[in-house]
Amino acid sequence: MSTPLAEVERKPLTKKELAAEHPTWCPGCGDFSVLALYFKLMEKRRIWHEKVTTVAGIGCSSRFPYFVQAHGAHFIHGRALPFATGLSLSRPDLHVFVFGGDGDAFSIGGNHFNHCARKNVKLTYLVMDNQVYGLTKKQTSPTSPIGFKSKTDTWGAQDEPVNPMRQALTAGATFVARTTHTNPKHLLEVMEQAMDHDGFSFIECLSECTEFFEGAFDSSNPRKGGEFLEMPQGHDVTDEMAAYRIAGVPFPGHFGVFYKVQKTTKNAKEAEINRRLREKVKGLEDWQILQQNFDRMK
Amino acid sequence: MSESTAKATASGGGPKISKVSEAVIRIAGNSQDGIQAIGGFLARLAGRSEQEVMTFMTIPSTISGGPSIFQVRIGSGEVLSSGDEADVLLAFYQHSYENHIGFLKDSGVVLYDSSHVTPNEDWQKKYRHVGVGISELTVEAIGGTAKDKGKNIFALGLVARMFDLDVSKLERLIDERFRGKVSTVAETALTAFRAGYGYMQTSLAEHYQFTPPQKRGKEQVVMNGNEALAYGLLAAGVRFGAGYPITPWSDLMEILRNELPKYGGTFVQAEDELAAVSMALGASYAGRVAVTGSSGPGLSLKGEAIGWGVMAEMPLVVVDVQRGGPSTGMPTNIEQSDLNIACFGGHGDSPRVVLAPASVEDCFYTAIEAVNLARRYSVPVIILTDQAISTRIEAFSMPDLKTVVQDITPDLSTRADHKPYDLKAADGVTRHAAPGTRIESGVYPVVTGLEHDELGHPTSSPKLHLAMTAKRRRKLQALARTLPKPELFGAPEGNVLLVGWGSTKGSLHEAVEVARAAGDSVSCLHIRNVSPLPEGLEQIFDGFNHIFVVEVNDEGLYGYGQLAGLLRARYCDGRIQGINKTDGLTWRVRDVLARVKEKLASPKNS
Repeated sequence: MSTPLAEVERKPLTKKELAAEHPTWCPGCGDFSVLALYFKLMEKRRIWHEKVTTVAGIGCSSRFPYFVQAHGAHFIHGRALPFATGLSLSRPDLHVFVFGGDGDAFSIGGNHFNHCARKNVKLTYLVMDNQVYGLTKKQTSPTSPIGFKSKTDTWGAQDEPVNPMRQALTAGATFVARTTHTNPKHLLEVMEQAMDHDGFSFIECLSECTEFFEGAFDSSNPRKGGEFLEMPQGHDVTDEMAAYRIAGVPFPGHFGVFYKVQKTTKNAKEAEINRRLREKVKGLEDWQILQQNFDRMK
Repeated sequence: MSESTAKATASGGGPKISKVSEAVIRIAGNSQDGIQAIGGFLARLAGRSEQEVMTFMTIPSTISGGPSIFQVRIGSGEVLSSGDEADVLLAFYQHSYENHIGFLKDSGVVLYDSSHVTPNEDWQKKYRHVGVGISELTVEAIGGTAKDKGKNIFALGLVARMFDLDVSKLERLIDERFRGKVSTVAETALTAFRAGYGYMQTSLAEHYQFTPPQKRGKEQVVMNGNEALAYGLLAAGVRFGAGYPITPWSDLMEILRNELPKYGGTFVQAEDELAAVSMALGASYAGRVAVTGSSGPGLSLKGEAIGWGVMAEMPLVVVDVQRGGPSTGMPTNIEQSDLNIACFGGHGDSPRVVLAPASVEDCFYTAIEAVNLARRYSVPVIILTDQAISTRIEAFSMPDLKTVVQDITPDLSTRADHKPYDLKAADGVTRHAAPGTRIESGVYPVVTGLEHDELGHPTSSPKLHLAMTAKRRRKLQALARTLPKPELFGAPEGNVLLVGWGSTKGSLHEAVEVARAAGDSVSCLHIRNVSPLPEGLEQIFDGFNHIFVVEVNDEGLYGYGQLAGLLRARYCDGRIQGINKTDGLTWRVRDVLARVKEKLASPKNS
């Protein structure tokens, strides 16, 4: 397939062309880093404005689409994934990126996370996990560690937190990775791999909320005296059980691609059903296909 | 059975033949007996014979089995409702016989399976009883392996002979239905049919013949409301849908799942109602209006996302096949009690379009209208059908599909700049540039549920919230101005105006005919554009002393059904009163008229 000349001549987009509204995030928020690297990804991979769509639900991180100069949709709380599913299945020509927080992914939208993963819908889902509800000002989130003092657990969080890696693996996600906002190089690498994955690619990116959970991820940040642990040497990304075991390493745990396998996407399966059924109505216009049904109902 | 004056007696001592212009046949049995198939064959035959037909069925909400009926009314003239009373009751069991004999006309015919039914002596004096050992004779005819299989087709043979139906057409229908399965299945079915037909030849003293139908000269199709709606969506160009199983919406979604891929489209069975509506909105955002649907409880669940559609001004079609509510309610019964949630079921000011098709044929065309309104006004459109119309079979003229089927492929061509929520747009209507559209100015729009500026960026400016709220309202007011005034059935002036909406149109029209024949001054206005309402209804109301809004819902806390409440709010007209019921069944003509009489006799109205 040849690329039209005009496309070749288009210069990679710069940050200036990609930045829209100035982010409303608090100073020091980890989400800035994710946004900057998203721009970098588009620049590096020469993705044009119109070829990418940024979708989000509700939460601090879900304000993302407003900050990107490209087509974007800010949907309702927890339902960004099904919205993106409708988009992805309708438009194979687009890169669909979904951004959201831990509340969107694992609480109000938990069911959609599981089903989007098992259906292997082609899209990239990046969850900026800050382990706290920030937009509503410090309530317990599904990933808050036990003992975290929030306004709804003033004595410390009580419930066992969700383990995003294990959740994704159990749900059947075909690409499962973990990274952190304090390691830009790693974050970009993981995003690139996720984008190139043909299927549902899930990234958990630790993204600190300096306002309501300051220092939450220091133990993973060498600059704060912590340790950034890459995946164990020789980890086989197709070994689901190994990935599950590594996901159980206590916080801050490991970072990198936990799991990656190739499975037929929902998009490809539906395309195959289409191909098979369209074979039977080959050469017919839409009205003639419908006429066949009506003729049977005479 | 409307009998004509000419009663012919066949020569040679054969059965007497009476000419009839229409007949109501009620088939009562259990849901697994295939009684729907008998009714379906009769309905399809009527369609192929240019007769009018309407059916009515009840289904048990149990998983398998349970009493069930299928009523079919066939007429050589106009058929408006499925009929208040039956001319013939076909009863398979004692419970079918006992529970449904009350629906039979005086001196009507009970055709019963003497293998299962013991007739009652008193009833034998009142109704003509014809006992046939349907179960035994079927086994005798087709072999004893499948005890209960085939007796429906045997019974169809009995009815075919009784009404002198076109045997070759019926045999072709049976063959079409069973062909494709194992070849012996079609043969066995035909054997059962012929056995029933042959048996009746000798055992009934009176046969009936339909008078020739009024020639329509146009081919007819026969289908139920769910089918018509599904095919309407396909004709309208919808190529993406998502849904979650719920009765009675499921059949519609199954059709879309099986048909859409033929057109290059997709239907997704979603994990829940929230996902279904969200997927449809995502697909609409992708550039081509998509559909989701459900029944009662599902519409409640979709509410938040529909509100997003209103705010983001995203086209969407939502089908609600209403059933008895609230909550899980009565899943297999009809009710028209979702009007309020359809019109007002969103937080905030969230005007949307609501349409209610009046007949099976109208389901087909309403689907197309819904798609076009959603696109033209960039707004969610809710189609309110109900359990009765979804399962009701009617015959209607074959649409000219070549001209009806439309192509709504999105335009993704590059544009200089784009501002979706342009406050200066004509009538306040938003136009979206779908993802994939290159915008040369480099400024891209966002679609959102937050109050926003003209590019879709969030704002909490009071001025903008005022302007945008007005914009979302104004475009539907503009739509209202384009709606045709609903047609009045009956005289434009008189004593009583019945007002109905949705699937009750046929019954109300028939009520008007019956009332006028009896010298009563009754007319009917039927509303299919529920929101926004068409303009000028007050001029129609002005021609009448009483306005009775007939609905299958409750009179509510203040004495008015859901449409009645809406009309009272809109027109502040004290004459508007409600005639309501919630027994899970469609309106019978005589019940409507009895309630009108009752209403007129009340001190308030005299």
